[in-house]
Amino acid sequence: MDTALTRMTASELATLIASGEASAVEVAQAHLDRIAATEPKLHAFLHIAADKALEAARAVDARRAAGQALGPLAGVPLALKDVFTTADMPTTCGSRILGGWQPPYDATITERLRRAGIVILGKTNMDEFAMGSSTENSAFGPSRNPWDTSRVPGGSSGGSSAAVAARQAPLGIGTDTGGSIRQPAAVCGIVGVKPTYGGSSRYGVVAFASSLDTPGPLARTVLDAALLHQVMSGHDPLDSTSIDGPVPPVVEAAKDPDVSGMKVGVVAEFRGEGYQPGVLARFQEAVELLEAAGAKIIEVSCPHFRYALPVYYLIAPSECSSNLARFDAMRYGLRVGDDGTRSAEEVMSLTRAAGFGAEVKRRIMLGTYALSSGYYDAYYGKAQQVRTLISRDFEAAFCQADVLVSPATPTTAFPIGERADDPMAMYLADLCTIPSNLAGNAALSVPCGLADEDGLPVGLQIMAPVLADDRVYRVAATAEAAFTQRWGHVLADEVPELAETR
Amino acid sequence: MPITRAEVAHLARLSRLALDDAELDHLAPQLDVIISAVARVQEVAAEDIPPTSHAVPVTNVLRADECVPPLTPSEVLGQAPTVEDQRFRVPKILEED
Amino acid sequence: MTETAARAAADPARPPLTPYDEAITRYDPVIGLETHVELGTVTKMFCGCPAGFGGEPNTRVCPVCLGLPGSLPVANRSAVEYTIQIGLALHCSIASWCRFARKNYFYPDMPKNFQISQYDEPLCTNGWLDVTVDDPGGADAPQLVRVEIERVHLEEDTGKSSHVGGATGRIHGADYSLVDYNRAGIPLVEIVTKPVAGTGALAPQVARAYVTELRDLIRALGVSDVRMEEGSLRCDVNLSLAPRGSARLGTRTETKNVNSLRSVERAVHYEIQRQAAVLDAGGRVIQETRHFHEESALTTSGRSKEEAQDYRYFPEPDLAPLAPSADWVERLGAGLPEFPAARRARLQAEWGLSGPDMAALRNAGALDLVAATVAAGASPADARKWWLGELSRHANETATELSALPVTPGQVARVAELVNSGALNDKLARQVLAGVIAGEGDPDEVVASRGLAVVSDEGELMAVVDEAIEANPDVAGKVRAGKVAAAGALVGAVMKATRGQADATRARELILQRLGQSG
Repeated sequence: MDTALTRMTASELATLIASGEASAVEVAQAHLDRIAATEPKLHAFLHIAADKALEAARAVDARRAAGQALGPLAGVPLALKDVFTTADMPTTCGSRILGGWQPPYDATITERLRRAGIVILGKTNMDEFAMGSSTENSAFGPSRNPWDTSRVPGGSSGGSSAAVAARQAPLGIGTDTGGSIRQPAAVCGIVGVKPTYGGSSRYGVVAFASSLDTPGPLARTVLDAALLHQVMSGHDPLDSTSIDGPVPPVVEAAKDPDVSGMKVGVVAEFRGEGYQPGVLARFQEAVELLEAAGAKIIEVSCPHFRYALPVYYLIAPSECSSNLARFDAMRYGLRVGDDGTRSAEEVMSLTRAAGFGAEVKRRIMLGTYALSSGYYDAYYGKAQQVRTLISRDFEAAFCQADVLVSPATPTTAFPIGERADDPMAMYLADLCTIPSNLAGNAALSVPCGLADEDGLPVGLQIMAPVLADDRVYRVAATAEAAFTQRWGHVLADEVPELAETR
Repeated sequence: MPITRAEVAHLARLSRLALDDAELDHLAPQLDVIISAVARVQEVAAEDIPPTSHAVPVTNVLRADECVPPLTPSEVLGQAPTVEDQRFRVPKILEED
Repeated sequence: MTETAARAAADPARPPLTPYDEAITRYDPVIGLETHVELGTVTKMFCGCPAGFGGEPNTRVCPVCLGLPGSLPVANRSAVEYTIQIGLALHCSIASWCRFARKNYFYPDMPKNFQISQYDEPLCTNGWLDVTVDDPGGADAPQLVRVEIERVHLEEDTGKSSHVGGATGRIHGADYSLVDYNRAGIPLVEIVTKPVAGTGALAPQVARAYVTELRDLIRALGVSDVRMEEGSLRCDVNLSLAPRGSARLGTRTETKNVNSLRSVERAVHYEIQRQAAVLDAGGRVIQETRHFHEESALTTSGRSKEEAQDYRYFPEPDLAPLAPSADWVERLGAGLPEFPAARRARLQAEWGLSGPDMAALRNAGALDLVAATVAAGASPADARKWWLGELSRHANETATELSALPVTPGQVARVAELVNSGALNDKLARQVLAGVIAGEGDPDEVVASRGLAVVSDEGELMAVVDEAIEANPDVAGKVRAGKVAAAGALVGAVMKATRGQADATRARELILQRLGQSG
């Protein structure tokens, strides 16, 4: 079922609901129907909360009927990555180890969504504990890319991306630690944003890598992403790392597609071996398009970016080895091997071996190694120093340019299974996205066309300095406007009917 | 410096992961490859470079010493594998603290 | 194998001990103390759950202190301030920038399986605390020892587990454990001394004096109850022996479960004897954690520290660094109360007491009581007399602490006032105090209800004097003859007749007057 309602943007739906032309219940139902029809192929959701969603929709309609003010996205449906705690739905993080855990509290972002009248349709699939770039590390099977269901939707926020791309919901929320919003957005042909680190609250976001995790919006248009960014972001006293300041003016910027006079820096390090020609071609065109729109294109070099991958794969596993230690079968979740004779230590070890997947185990052990006495200085300690050098490269680059651009990821969506047991190959998907996580600055991916080789989506990554999130929206809006002029619609509208495969 | 299977087994113990032989055989070489790859950071000269503490630096984030209602015991214990006397019942602990 | 070693091998739980005096001649003890103080903040270190002792299990727990997935810590401002105050009171340097760190290890009483603590960037460093110990064998003047402080840092406490099924309620032999997280997350300050050498035979007393002084200091700051019996003050005792005259440091043991001041002293004492015996037998002291047993006053082997645990410390990414400004630190310093040592020195001077007298007050636990009694209007001499005399007698009889007696300094001051005004004599005053302690009310109420006032009516007294003279003609005759001392027996008769409620001095005067002798 693919009605007019599921083809609309969040912005359009919000207007419709506010004016009374459509009820929030109708809108929710239309999307729930779409989910029911497409889930067997896509497997984007781990939990669909139909009753609760309709209840929330009814509440919005009631408020509208009572003449109360509605927020800018009231009644709009949303797909929430299963890494956010929800007090009325299970939270699995794509893992067996949580064993059906129902959190006794909502994440701050979950609360903000509810207060805004956004209708949460359910929890989406993800790579286990956000570790991966394909959703194949989910304990519950991968999600599929609606552009070609034999291919991955990217990861770790693959479920939310697939859901939005397939029009199961106009809005999605993911988390980006090494690219886990931008990369799936790119390969699914939608918009995905990583706000400045600390811009959106991590309270209630099950931690993978504490100094890198950043919740962010997914949508089919830049304006929709900005509207959601505005609603979900802002200071949270429950998160000590959250920015104590106003949300940057992202909605204004999304409505102002003007880059005249802006300096756009092309990062020299993000090309070459490993980059699919079709991706580079679409990227190049996007850059030329920005130039035609009035931007000045320069080339910048960030020499330490070639160490970004090893730096990330030391810091993230180190933090996650500590963050995941709490999953020990003592207080909640899976418990294996407690036959009355075994010790706590044994039960912990058996449970964790049974409950965690291979990638999680690899990263935990890697982190334990990097933090071990005798190795700390050479590995974790060194990585944090090189991280400073990467931040300095960004600072230097932002002295020359207002924003930096690159492909969001080196290739289009790869086939399911192709890299599943090849960790190093899988890690390469994050080549372009990782530096912004290390430096904490804002970055997004906006669709810039289909690759010639395979007709699959390509994403343009735009990066801005810390706290300058509005800048990425301004440039993205310009690109989107130019492409819309060329194609007649946003790229997401071209997603094939799900019966088709390539 | 390659990492041996025995060292990987040790890491598994430290991380409380009861890996069987088949898993160890599978994961150990993969870890070896990854560790060699990440060891590249040692190429970078960084003697006087301060390690990044937080991506967006901030200090003194503190809260007032004021009470917030806690969870109820049923919320706390409701999904515990085993409960006794309103406490979490856990298997015997071997290591003295 | 030597005989000592053979005996040791035979019963590891009761190893041979070298006599203390011998051990001290051959070895120099080096002590170290690690103290944990639970801060008396309203809420926990990283969440708004109520801190404090007690409560039904798992009723003071939230997602943060339970370590639920997705939870995040936010540091308690008061806890940071209290820690800085402790550091200032110990003459430490306060870090201008420091971080929390994760100490990673698996244990069921730690919900995250890491403890948020501080590692190589403690909040306070390099301080000192002077303690005095009485030297029983030596000079009159108490010995002053400066204990240097290595560091003071801030961390969170763990939950509490009880072990079910084993014989002693300890871990060994237990079938399973029960965990309560009420205590998890309560702010904990760790104070670590530098190694303290050169205390010789006084090492046990120095250790005890240090913990006592530290406790009193922290109590004076008002930042913790510091009650060892409640666990808000915990102490681990480190000890190593170096052969006399050698520059080599010995191997250190750490003893836990030291739950009282007396245990601190006894643990050091025991370890000196035990380690000396090991070394005397040509053995090697094992670096390990030991467990102190109250009943038997000995230590037994716990976890071996040979394979030191690797905690994989790294800076806590979920918390911002602490950067106390000079202004903030100064304000906290200005707000500190008078420290116990300075207060003692001041009171000693004000009361004109000698060192030993002052020490006697402290040892009896009477110092604060005397000070409060003086503040309520009594003279220092009177306050000391009553607290160290009659009231200490009561306390000893009932095996209670002086401070636990049901009589207040204000009441004691009132009794002293009544004696000084002549309304009571000493004997009556003791009866009044007994009445107050028995719960009969305030001193004035007891005087009234028991009819204990000194007979103040001269006429009445004169009448009793005359009766006594009449009843004892022989004695009276002696007095008339000039043997004034014999009047004592007549005074006694008067006191008996008045049930002790006569003013003995006035009675004597009247007797002598009557019998023609002006006393």
